[in-house]
Amino acid sequence: MKWRGFSLARWWSVVLKEFLQLRRDRITFGMIIGLPIVQLTLFGFAINTDPKHLPTAVLNADPSEFSRSFVAAMKNSEYFEIVGEVPDEEAGRAALAQGKVQFVLNIPADFSRRLLRGEKPALLVEADATDPMATGMALAATSQLAQSVARHDLTGALAPLRGGEPPFEVQVHRLYNPEGNSQYNTVPGLMGVILTMTMVMMTGLAMTRERERGTMENLLATPVRPIEVMTGKIVPYIAIGLIQATIILLAAHFVFQVPFAGNLGAVYLAALLFIAATLTVGITLSSLAQNQLQAMQLTMFYFLPNILLSGFMFPFRGMPQWAQYIGNVLPLTHFNRLIRGILLKGSGWADLWPSVWPLLLFTVVVMGIALRFYRRTLD
Amino acid sequence: MNASADEFAIDVHGLHKHFGDKHVVNDVSLQVRRGEIFGFLGPNGSGKTTSIRMMCGLLTPDAGSGTCLGYDIVREADQIKRQVGYMTQKFSYWEDLTIRENLDFVARIYEMPDRKALVDRTLDELGLASRAGQLTGSLSGGWKQRLALAACLLHQPRLLLLDEPTAGVDPTARRDFWEELHRLAARGISVLVSTHYMDEAERCHKLAYIAYGRLLAQGTAAEVIAGQGLSTWTIEGDDLTELAQRLRGQPGVDQTVAFGAALHVSGRDGARLEATLREAAAGGALRLTPSDTSLEDVFIYMMARSSDNFGAPA
Ligand SMILES: Nc1ncnc2c1ncn2[C@@H]1O[C@H](COP(=O)(O)OP(=O)(O)OP(=O)(O)O)[C@@H](O)[C@H]1O
Ligand SMILES: [Mg+2]
Repeated sequence: MKWRGFSLARWWSVVLKEFLQLRRDRITFGMIIGLPIVQLTLFGFAINTDPKHLPTAVLNADPSEFSRSFVAAMKNSEYFEIVGEVPDEEAGRAALAQGKVQFVLNIPADFSRRLLRGEKPALLVEADATDPMATGMALAATSQLAQSVARHDLTGALAPLRGGEPPFEVQVHRLYNPEGNSQYNTVPGLMGVILTMTMVMMTGLAMTRERERGTMENLLATPVRPIEVMTGKIVPYIAIGLIQATIILLAAHFVFQVPFAGNLGAVYLAALLFIAATLTVGITLSSLAQNQLQAMQLTMFYFLPNILLSGFMFPFRGMPQWAQYIGNVLPLTHFNRLIRGILLKGSGWADLWPSVWPLLLFTVVVMGIALRFYRRTLD
Repeated sequence: MNASADEFAIDVHGLHKHFGDKHVVNDVSLQVRRGEIFGFLGPNGSGKTTSIRMMCGLLTPDAGSGTCLGYDIVREADQIKRQVGYMTQKFSYWEDLTIRENLDFVARIYEMPDRKALVDRTLDELGLASRAGQLTGSLSGGWKQRLALAACLLHQPRLLLLDEPTAGVDPTARRDFWEELHRLAARGISVLVSTHYMDEAERCHKLAYIAYGRLLAQGTAAEVIAGQGLSTWTIEGDDLTELAQRLRGQPGVDQTVAFGAALHVSGRDGARLEATLREAAAGGALRLTPSDTSLEDVFIYMMARSSDNFGAPA
C-alpha cells in the first residue's frame, strides 16, 4: 500500500524493529513501570499557594444598591475578578464546566426585599473546587467579606441594618470536589507529568541512539522515508504511554480513591491525544540533538516549563499573565484540564473541546517541525 | 537517464567536500563501468568513505555532480538507494536484534517478495542458520562483516558500494568473498570496493588511488603502475637497512622500501638510478636485479609525493 511514497510495509518494518529493541531493553522497561510509582509516591503531597484575581461570573437576579456593594467588595478583596454576568444558572454552570470561570456569584431575585424584611436571605457562591488550592483561600475570604459589607457598605434603605451581625448568609457550594481533597487534583495531574517525562525522554533517545551507534548510516542508505521512520518509531511508545496511564488510573482509583465522574473511554482518548502531542516533541528533540546526552538535556529543558507552568505544580490562575500565555502553548496544560474535567467534573466533549483542539494543533505543527529537521543525509 | 548510464554504473565529476575548513574530498572524478570491480585505495583519512557516501546520497557534495546507475546523486538519491547495496565501514546493523531479525528487517525495508524464503536462503549460504536466533552483537568481528555483506546483497542491488568489507576477515573467508564478487560482476553487477590490501587491489579490474582528498591515479593496475614511470630494482644482501639510509637522497633514487629480506629501490630516472645502484653495489656482497614495479611501490611513491606537493592535511 502506498500513499504519496509512504509505504505501509516499510513503516511496519520500523515499528516491528522498535518493538523488538524495546523488548530487549530491560532498563527502559523498568523505567516504564517504575517511574509512575516513584512519582506517585513523591507527589502524593502538593504545594499550597494563594492565587488571586480568579475569574468570577455574576448571576445578578436582583440589581440593587446591595448587590453592587457586594460585588465591589469582592473585587476589593483581590481574590475575585469579575469577568462578566451570566443570564441564568445554566449558563453559570456551563462557564464553570468549561473552566472559563472559577466562581459564580448567585444573587437571588428577591434578595434585597427579603433583606429588608429581616429574613436573613442567602447569597450563593458556586466554586469550581477541582483544584482546592486555587479556591481555598478565596472561599475563606468570602465569609470575611460578608462581615465587612455588613459593617460598612449598607446604605440608603439598608442603612439601619449596618453595624450588626450580617443580615444575610453566604452559602458556598463547592462543585466537583466537595471535600477539597488535593490528591483528587494532584493524582490525575500526575498522569500528564509522568507521560511527558517518559514519552519525551524515550523518543528523544530513539533517533540519537541510532546516530551514536552508527546504525543511522545504514537506515539512511535504505529507501525508508523520514515520515516512516518517525511515525514508526513513535508507535511502540504510544502503547507504553497507555500502559503508564493505566497504572496511574489504577493507583488513582484504588490507592487515592479519586472519584471517576466521567467516562473511562474519554480518559483514554484524551491520553492518546496527549501522548501523540508529546511524542512528536520527543522525536523533534531527537532530530535536533547530536547525541544522547543532548537529547536528555533538551528533555529537561522541555520538562521544566511543563511542570511549572501547566497548572500541575501551581494553580494556573495564580500565575502571571505572561506565564499563562506560555502555559497555554504547552500540551500538559491542556491535558491537565482534560483529565481533571473528565475525572472530576464528568465533562462532555463540548466542554472539553477548548482543550482538545490546542492538542491537535500542537501535534500537527510539531510533527511538521520534526520532519523539517529530520536529516536525510549525514551532513 | 542519459546515454552514459548504459555504460557507467558510477559516473561522477569534480566532487568536493569540506568539513569545516578541511577540504576532505578535492575534485574527485570516477567512472565505474557496468560489471566492473573497481578498487578504491588510499591511506587512512584520505576521503574514501566520504567519496562513497556522496555517491550513494548520504552526503551532499559541496560541488560537482554525477550519476549512479543513471540517477543524479543529489536529486535522485531515493532511486539510488533502492538499487545500491552499501556496506558501511563500521558495522551498522542492530546489535540488539538477532541475526534473523536484522535480515528480516532489511528484507522488509526493501519490500522483498517471499521474505521468509529469502532470509532462510541467506542464512544458509552464510552458514549462520543454526545461529539465526543469536544476538548480532555477540558475533565476532569477522562474522559481523560477513553478515553485513550478506545483508547488503539481500535486495539484489545492481551496484555494490563496499567500504573495507574484508577488514578483519580471515584469509579463507576473504578468498570466498572475492570469488563471490567476481561471480556477481560476471552477472553484470558493478562493484566499488575500498581496501587497504594489495592482493585485493590486484584482483580488481580497475583501481583508483586517493590521497589527501585528491585522486592521484585511475585505471587498470598496469596503467596505474606505468603512469608513474618508475624503474625498480631489487637488492638482496646484508645490512640492507644501512644501505637504504645511504641510498636515500642519492641521484636517481626516489624511494626505498624494505620487503622482508629484500630492498626495493625505485626512481623515475632509470638510467641514473641504475648508475647509482651499480656504484653502491660495486665490490660488495649485494645482489642487484631489475624488477617489475609493484602496485605497492607505486602507492607508497604516490603517497609520499602527494604529501610533498600539498603539505600535510590541515
Ligand atoms: N562527519 C565528519 N565531520 C568532520 N570530519 C570528517 C567527517 N567525516 C570524515 N571526516 C574527515 O574527513 C577525512 C576523510 O575521512 P574518510 O572517512 O573519508 O577517510 P577514509 O579514506 O575513509 O579513511 P579510512 O581508510 O581510515 O577509512 C578525515 O580527515 C576525517 O577526519
Ligand atoms: Mg573509510
